[in-house]
Amino acid sequence: MTVRISAEPFDPYAELAAYTPRGAANRIGAAATFIGFMRDLNEGDEVAAMELEHYPGMTEKALEKLRDEAVTRWQLTDALVIHRVGALSPTDPIVLVAAWSAHRAAALDACRFLIEELKTRAPFWKKERLGDRERWVEHNTPG
Amino acid sequence: MSIQVKIFASLRERLGSDGMELPVDGIRTVADVWARVAPEQPLGGQVLMAVNMDYAQADQPVSDGDEVAFFPPVTGGAG
Repeated sequence: MTVRISAEPFDPYAELAAYTPRGAANRIGAAATFIGFMRDLNEGDEVAAMELEHYPGMTEKALEKLRDEAVTRWQLTDALVIHRVGALSPTDPIVLVAAWSAHRAAALDACRFLIEELKTRAPFWKKERLGDRERWVEHNTPG
Repeated sequence: MSIQVKIFASLRERLGSDGMELPVDGIRTVADVWARVAPEQPLGGQVLMAVNMDYAQADQPVSDGDEVAFFPPVTGGAG
């Protein structure tokens, strides 16, 4: 049941390998994971770098609320969310979401819910650097 | 007797401030806080609000010791 904001680069595969879901392992039938990376192209423009700002305190609170909603709604065994903040470069992992449950539908649906809701409810803001100018990202790209 | 105000991202840049401490006198709602922060600007749909780190509406009451935040629509996640 971990929610973490990371100011440093993280390796989502290593995080998953090192994470032990709570509860009885023999009751887990499914794990669904989503990993989001930084692209070097957004709205047709080359993006050189990105700064991810957040609202410390509220971000954790919003993510924990989302996680609790997902765990309750889909009867998850466990859920994990890790999200980067700070200076990012193309190919850097931005977010890791994972959901564990008895059956695949719950894990897959909860994983989708967590990443989609996070995009509209957790207070993060992206600022892109394009060559010699900067711009705030104003809306999310459709899934 | 004060309200702590925080401002984030593009809104912080536009207003030229990341926040302030306001005396609570005369402040009853989030909208009243905004009127002190940006008297010239309407509190439109492109400004999100939070009280004590929970999303709020403009008419939500605020009181001494509250933290009130204003920020643009959020853009986290990836993919």
